Amino acid sequence: MWMLENAFLIPLIPAISFVVILFFGKRYIGADRVHVVGITALSLVWLLSAVAAFQWTQRVENPTPDAVVQIEHHGDDHGDDHGDDHGDDHGDDHGDDHGAAVGDSEGGHGGGHSSPLIRPVISTFSQWWSNAGVDFAVGTFVDGQTVLLLMVVATISLLVHIYSTEYVKGDRRYLHYYAFLSLFTASMLFFVMAQNIIQLIVGWELVGVCSFVLIGHWWEEKPNTDAALKAFLTNRVGDVGLLVGMIVLWGTFQTFDIDAINTLISTNPGAHHLALLVAACCLMAAVASKSGQFPLHTWLPDAMAGPTPVSALIHAATMVVAGVYMIARLYPVFYEGFSIGTSSINLMAFIGGFTALIGAGLAFAQWDIKKVLAYSTVSQLGYMVMALGVGAWTAAMFHLFTHAFFKACLFLGAGSVSHAAHHTFDMREMGGLRKDMPHTYRTFVISSLALAGIFPFAGFWSKDEILLGSLVGQQNGYPLMLIFGCAVALMTAAYMTRVIWYTFHGEFRGHGQPHESPKVMTVPLWILAGMAVVAGAFNLPGPVLEPIGLEGLAHRIQTYAEPSVYLNGLGLSHPDPSLTMALVGLALALSGIVITYLYYWRRRGLHGLTERNRYARTGYKVLENKYYLDHLYNDVVVDTVKRPIAKWANDFNQNVLDRAVNTAGETARDVGRWVYKWIDQGAIDGSVNAAARGADSSGEGLRSIQSGKVQNYGQLLFGAAAVLAIVFVIVV
Amino acid sequence: MLLNQFLILGAALFAVGVYGVLARRNGVMVLMSIELMLNAVNINLVVFGVQHGVVSGQVFALFVIAVAAAEVGVGLAIVLLLYRNRTSIDVEDFDLMRG
Repeated sequence: MWMLENAFLIPLIPAISFVVILFFGKRYIGADRVHVVGITALSLVWLLSAVAAFQWTQRVENPTPDAVVQIEHHGDDHGDDHGDDHGDDHGDDHGDDHGAAVGDSEGGHGGGHSSPLIRPVISTFSQWWSNAGVDFAVGTFVDGQTVLLLMVVATISLLVHIYSTEYVKGDRRYLHYYAFLSLFTASMLFFVMAQNIIQLIVGWELVGVCSFVLIGHWWEEKPNTDAALKAFLTNRVGDVGLLVGMIVLWGTFQTFDIDAINTLISTNPGAHHLALLVAACCLMAAVASKSGQFPLHTWLPDAMAGPTPVSALIHAATMVVAGVYMIARLYPVFYEGFSIGTSSINLMAFIGGFTALIGAGLAFAQWDIKKVLAYSTVSQLGYMVMALGVGAWTAAMFHLFTHAFFKACLFLGAGSVSHAAHHTFDMREMGGLRKDMPHTYRTFVISSLALAGIFPFAGFWSKDEILLGSLVGQQNGYPLMLIFGCAVALMTAAYMTRVIWYTFHGEFRGHGQPHESPKVMTVPLWILAGMAVVAGAFNLPGPVLEPIGLEGLAHRIQTYAEPSVYLNGLGLSHPDPSLTMALVGLALALSGIVITYLYYWRRRGLHGLTERNRYARTGYKVLENKYYLDHLYNDVVVDTVKRPIAKWANDFNQNVLDRAVNTAGETARDVGRWVYKWIDQGAIDGSVNAAARGADSSGEGLRSIQSGKVQNYGQLLFGAAAVLAIVFVIVV
Repeated sequence: MLLNQFLILGAALFAVGVYGVLARRNGVMVLMSIELMLNAVNINLVVFGVQHGVVSGQVFALFVIAVAAAEVGVGLAIVLLLYRNRTSIDVEDFDLMRG
């Protein structure tokens, strides 16, 4: 289990790559060859992540005694007493000697519980700093959830690195692009293995600043800088919530340690309900900004201003899933805070479901292919948050996993289309590209089917689990969430069909001759498309696998990734697979595709409705203007706040700051004058002049001796000799 | 006190030589005064050699005479050249090294 304890190496590698590229890239590697460093680093990261993932599965399959939480076998009230013995001794669990203890642990825990509760591997390296008796530690926290994200981030980032060698070739800031790609990856990897909430905050902000840099990569154009600033500032709004939430958590539990916080909550559910509610609401604000949830999702479509591979990285693997990951990591906080187990609607589920719905709605009214995908991401992230809100932890992480692959494939596909067709993202200038770009077309369709949730692609399985989770819930179902989820399933299929129609079918409406992208771009597309097909296999429900005798492989993500060591204490339950629910979800997605197909391909339905009907036009306008949210923020909120602040700031600037600066300047001038007059002229120059004058006058005095007459010298010589002789005689 | 008498003679001769070197203005006379001083030293060397019963005193005196001859040769040549250039051998006239 060496890799799990030394997981810090994984974020360290891209961090080193960042330093190497930025500081030595131009001189020693060559500015146009720095991708070699980045790709090498990411390949290493991928390998190490794979090793870590493998070792984690080994830890779950063959747990050592110290990796398992000891449970007393009595009755069915499991979880109330399992955490008593390990609240303090985390940080030193080494699992090197697992070979000897396998049989013991299997024998000991085969009875009362379906699978043993595996503790995460926590390595604390040192105290970062210590203040007033509060210790700030640095360490890594590796469990199934971490290695799941490690694999996602490493895979997507590696493919994006490879894809970018062609996509941003010849860019004037090629070197900086790769440097920050590395830093972005390092930040996200650091974030996912944070051992305490301080590290979570650090990673969170690092990811934010990297996305700021990359979104504004082409900063010569104003809209790009605006988008970068918007992303950054919107995230700052949420970061206030993050800080406050973390402070509330610390105030409640007096510790920053994630393991300790989760354990304290799961061993004593029901305590601190109010504090947890406040913390969960604050953290929800942070999630809303980072993961693009309503009402702070507006930065996300604008972030499309960055290079397309960056969009793929941000929207599939790194930035936006940070929020979802944070909820999953601190799930006991949210579970208890929002009473997910007992309610039938709560803030998180509602925000998630609502976001999914409005994101899907907005995707219909966009002409920019990347913006459609961006709103699709908003919508899918809403799905994940909703899943977490209804208690379907595994479904959310499973959807995060599958979504990463097909959404990255879609973004890279959009980039490929743009690369081939005159660098436009406007679907009105595309059309009919399926003949010219067969590889891009096929991968795009596969990923769209996965996103729409068509059997047997990856999205079908994860979406089905979310819908099922909403239907069953925990103690109560979440009917409103189920309605939202079903509506979004229909809409997702429909807007993706629309995108395919406008981009790849019909007549070509652009100019120039489109062409297929080179292999370095299509191969990553095919890899991602392949994952979009098979990623669902990682968490297949049991009944699917029973007929072919592989039921042992069912629910792998649930088995490996779910932190049941905490969640069991909360009493989290898993719904039984339902064929009806799966068929309903599939039917909805298919009907979405069929309706759109009829509308575009067969010209059926109400064409020109927006021109003829006033209400339809109004509705379309609302969608086109993104529910006027940007207007609300910019014109109403920002302006009302901005004007008085600007006026006050101006007054402050003129009267206080300027005066202070002027006073400082005048004082400095006076001091300078005084120094010049007294110190410089008086003391320093005076002493120098005095020395010179002294030398001059002494030389003048001694000059008279140098008469040049030999006899004078002789007089002095003999006089001196006589004097010395007299002294000699007298003294001796 | 034979020794004393010789030493007094040497000292007197030396004093006369010093006076000559410092007071005479004629360059040749200055050279001659230097010879007087050297010979005063020679007397002392010979006397102390006899007093201690060794010959090295007289040997040194011979060396000094030889060196004095060379020195007078060089000195007279300088005086001769000075006279040729300046038509004067008055040492008061030569103060080119005056500071």
